Order: sequence, then structure tokens, then C-alpha cells
Amino acid sequence: MALSQDEIFEKVQVALVDALGVDDDEVTREATLVGDLGAESIDFLDIVFKLEKSFGITIPREELSPEDILTNSQYVQDGVVTSDGMSELKRRMPWANLTEFEKNPRVQDFGNLLTAGDLCNYVESKVGE
Amino acid sequence: MRWLWVDRFTEFVSGSHASGIKNVSLDEEVVDEYCPGYPMLPLTLIIEGLAQLGGILVAEHFGFEKRVVLAKVGKAIYHRPARPGDQLKYFVRIEATQHDGATVSCTSHCDGTLQAEIEIMFAFLEEGRFTSGPLFNPGDLGAMLRLMSMFHVAVDADGNPLRHYTNI
Repeated sequence: MALSQDEIFEKVQVALVDALGVDDDEVTREATLVGDLGAESIDFLDIVFKLEKSFGITIPREELSPEDILTNSQYVQDGVVTSDGMSELKRRMPWANLTEFEKNPRVQDFGNLLTAGDLCNYVESKVGE
Repeated sequence: MRWLWVDRFTEFVSGSHASGIKNVSLDEEVVDEYCPGYPMLPLTLIIEGLAQLGGILVAEHFGFEKRVVLAKVGKAIYHRPARPGDQLKYFVRIEATQHDGATVSCTSHCDGTLQAEIEIMFAFLEEGRFTSGPLFNPGDLGAMLRLMSMFHVAVDADGNPLRHYTNI
């Protein structure tokens, strides 16, 4: 039986609480992983392990971390993601809300883009496969 | 300072699990200096021993080609202190592997009872991260594994002796 959105959120919340040592009520759908929840780079690997175990899914590195796009001169100029780069990011990460980032798509701001809600959307796309 | 926190491997199954023993001795400075008047092996060094066992298990799974480092201790439950004269029996199992890291679950038993439960995450250092090149000088890792008697017990997934590694 497919998981409901609330069930997915609850499991993502548990993963983030365990990985980041934050309280349940800090993990809202709008909370950014880096800015609000204090995730560091090593925590993303921990989160990936926990989500894989919790949902029984496989998470390829490039799906959550599009470093290849953000370091590709074809998609980035002067530290800003080009329109081609934005198209590629949207294609790669249809589950992420890129609306705010697109207004001023500086590469340095990408790290603080993902929210707990984005992770839920990502997981939902994976468990539905 | 010597940094060998497992005395001997007692089991090693490639890609799966490993066991080892650690004897706690009053001869070790850290045992009587950590908590003066109450000699014990600090939990942090039990974690380090389990990380050595697990890190070697993970590194071998990847042909000793990854630069494996302890990245995170996800859980650490300490049921009783490890006192001089105790023999700790360590067990480590690979739980998951990724392109850039791995997780293991670990236990330490003493006198047949659970002494500690630890979850560890390892990361694989990318080239140029902190340092470049191998983490060990040529031959050093192999010498350490021989000191710990790893090759006496190590088998691959089919139960055959491990292949000879020339990169350690």
C-alpha cells in the first residue's frame, strides 16, 4: 500500500531528528536543511543512509546533489546558474521548489535550498517508482 | 602514541561482518589516567576500536581503494564500564554502503553481557579533501592488519581466504 504524504513526512522527520539532533517540532516542511536545521555536508550522507533504510529505496548521489551541474561551465557563468542550467536543475530535481532560487540563482546559495518538504517530495517520487 | 585499539581479529567475512577482541590492561596509561581512582577504558576508545574493526571491514569491501574515515557516531549506548582484566568482544556488521560512505552497527560484549552498542558512519575522503594520496605509508596498513592477525581469519563471501592485496 502506498504511503500517504503524512506518513512520508513522519518518516523523513524521524530521519532528520536522528541525523541532525534537532527536535521534532523544528522539522517542518518549510525548514531548510542547512539554514534552519544546521545540516553540514557530512550530514547529507547520513540522511541518505537513513532515508534509504527507512523507505527501502536507493538514492544515487547525483539525484540529491547535482554538483556536476553546478560545476559545469556550460550551466554556470560568473557564479550564477544560467537559464540552461536552471532547465537542467528542474529536469534533474522536479521534486524541489526552485522558485525562490531562480530569482537570483547564485551557486553559493544552492546549498541552503533544500527543505524537509523537498525531501518528502523526493521520497514520494522514489517510493512511487 | 600507539593507536591500535583492537588486539586481534577473531572473524572477518568480506563485505559482511567482523569480530575482534580487546583486552583491557592496567598497563595502558589511558586506563588509569582517564578517571583517576576508577581505572577503565574510555568509551571513546571502545568506539575507536570498533571503528578500526569496521573501517577495515569497509575498506576491504572496496578493495582498500577508498580513503575510509570515521565521520559520525550515530548512536552510542554504554551499558557498563570496561575495567582492567576485562576482555571485550567486539562485533561489527556492515549495514549499508554508498558511493561515498558506509554505515556499520557494532556491539561490545564482556563476560557474555552486552557492554556497548554503537552505530558508526564512515565517509570516503575525496581526493584533495584534507590531504591527497593514501592515508597510510606504503606497507603500514598491511603491517597493522598482520599485527592484528586479520589474515589468519579473513575469508571472502564464499569462505575462501582473502586474495593478496598489493596496495596496502
